[in-house]
Amino acid sequence: MLEFDDIQHFVLTRVPAVTGRYEFLSFQEPSQGRGWLAGIIDKVESAQAAAAGIEEGKRWVSVALTWTGLRALGLDGGSLASFPEDFRQGMPARWQVLGDTGANHPDRWISGFAGPDLHAIVILFARNVAERQRSTEEHQAYRARTPGVTLLSSLDVDAIPPFDQARDHFGYRDRLTQPPIEGTGVEPTPGSGPLIKAGEFILGYADEDGPPAGLPQPEILSRNGTYMAYRRLQEHVGAFREFLRKHGETPEEQEWVAAKLMGRWRSGAPLALAPDKDDPALAADPQRNNNFTYAKTDPHGYATPLGAHIRRMNPRDTAVNIQRRRMIRRGATYGPPLREGSAEDGVDRGVAAFVLCASLVRQYEFAQNVWINDPNFHELGNERDPIIGTQDGTFDMTIPKRPVRRKITGLPAFTTVRSGAYFFLPGIKALRYLATLSESAR
Amino acid sequence: MAIPKEGYFQLEQGRYGPIYPRTPANYGFTIIAKIKPGRETAVREYGATIEQAVAGQPEVLAPLRLHYLRWVIFDVGSGPHFMYQGIFDTDFDKYLEDAVALFVKTGITTVFVNLEGWPDDWKTNLPAVIKFFRDNQRPSFLEYGEYPYVTADEVKKALRVKSALSAMLDQMQ
Repeated sequence: MLEFDDIQHFVLTRVPAVTGRYEFLSFQEPSQGRGWLAGIIDKVESAQAAAAGIEEGKRWVSVALTWTGLRALGLDGGSLASFPEDFRQGMPARWQVLGDTGANHPDRWISGFAGPDLHAIVILFARNVAERQRSTEEHQAYRARTPGVTLLSSLDVDAIPPFDQARDHFGYRDRLTQPPIEGTGVEPTPGSGPLIKAGEFILGYADEDGPPAGLPQPEILSRNGTYMAYRRLQEHVGAFREFLRKHGETPEEQEWVAAKLMGRWRSGAPLALAPDKDDPALAADPQRNNNFTYAKTDPHGYATPLGAHIRRMNPRDTAVNIQRRRMIRRGATYGPPLREGSAEDGVDRGVAAFVLCASLVRQYEFAQNVWINDPNFHELGNERDPIIGTQDGTFDMTIPKRPVRRKITGLPAFTTVRSGAYFFLPGIKALRYLATLSESAR
Repeated sequence: MAIPKEGYFQLEQGRYGPIYPRTPANYGFTIIAKIKPGRETAVREYGATIEQAVAGQPEVLAPLRLHYLRWVIFDVGSGPHFMYQGIFDTDFDKYLEDAVALFVKTGITTVFVNLEGWPDDWKTNLPAVIKFFRDNQRPSFLEYGEYPYVTADEVKKALRVKSALSAMLDQMQ
């Protein structure tokens, strides 16, 4: 039922890559942009092709466009207007909705992202550094042959060793939760919740509310596509480690504080199942490490604090309409790891992530606005997400504890938004449609 | 609290429109719309429909985090109008989709089909439904609360504590 041969692999497949590169492009003339796109489509693998070749595959390429990018390719006014308001405005204009204030405001972002010149992203994931290098040179040569395509900026991404598990710079294990999507044939891990209709993540299919409606026009452009929120978060590892040392007298206490902020121990073991002590065996077992809920077993947050990151990002059975609020996450870390014991060196490191969903306003923006940055989430009063919320030193973190709760005040910012954008990730046929738009259509 | 004409002190952009501030009467909205000709009785009958829905499932309106709901039909010379006034603990902009989903589930949405301006494709066109609520929302210019900024959950909790304490004191006699 799902057209795996038309959906870009990026939506459905985690590839065995430890390295990659994102390139952000601008097109001068529509025909030039289309010329570049036409030559790169064959490199963009569908979910079916990527799955079939996953053992031998060395590199994987994805392409997505901003709204100004669709316009720059020559898409006609009627089609452009049929895209939703959130995508048309772009992430920088939605700063107030997302809570991107202070140091996170688009005025402070890396240059080139907050303006209309950002048209496309090409995402490369590679099995190893040699392949990334080869592909980078190949694309550079290709751009040299296709005039009118400017490289606005780029970012090399690298997994943090050891590569047995995905980790971020703070040391947290990542990628433990995935929304279970109906029709993909992927067996969800216990605790993933009921299967979610594909239309929540891919345009053209029924979603939790019913048959697809109000999709961008024409159908060939929107079918099998999805929206993608790109977010580059710098991670202030020195500040994070200093915070743990300040609030934990022993290494065990520091790990406990780290766990309470996230909702999982850094090993990945969930507090919901291991509230007092870390349990690496639990963390390593996908049949157990995601199998928990909150409403009956932990309504007050004694195990997983109400404001902890994973409880905010996925309130599970304590949120209404949760089936309409799930998102697919992709992405990677960038920058060299800061060795344990080393002082903060000021080197830029962090995560450059993508959130994929069929409706930015209903899924991604809702999570940012209502769960991450609302100080009154769960009636906490003065708390934002401790890891990715906009922290300015005035917010708290309550850790329910018997006999008396622990409240940390004046949380520093562990992350800063350095750039972001809203992209549309088209299906393969849609990419061909865009590459062959005629001038007279405008 | 006296509130400017727009309904807010400073424009703060929400996902679907301006954010209305929390007042001593928490959050609320007042939807006023003209009833389609001949539909007044149909609107009135919804009083019983909602009563039955709540009787059948007391928690059904919980996602709206309501303190009070008042539905009124009035005619001040230009035909019958429907006023839906709600006072609740959640920011209108944040929970619009959840409210609409709830309305559809309980049949409340169908009271709105009797109002002028309600979109015909309401079942598939959420943005149009949201626009209807936003367009017909009349912000208040004065709000007062005798127990200001207190949520319904806090009130219920306090009452439970009071009731438990009373029971305990009685048992100590």
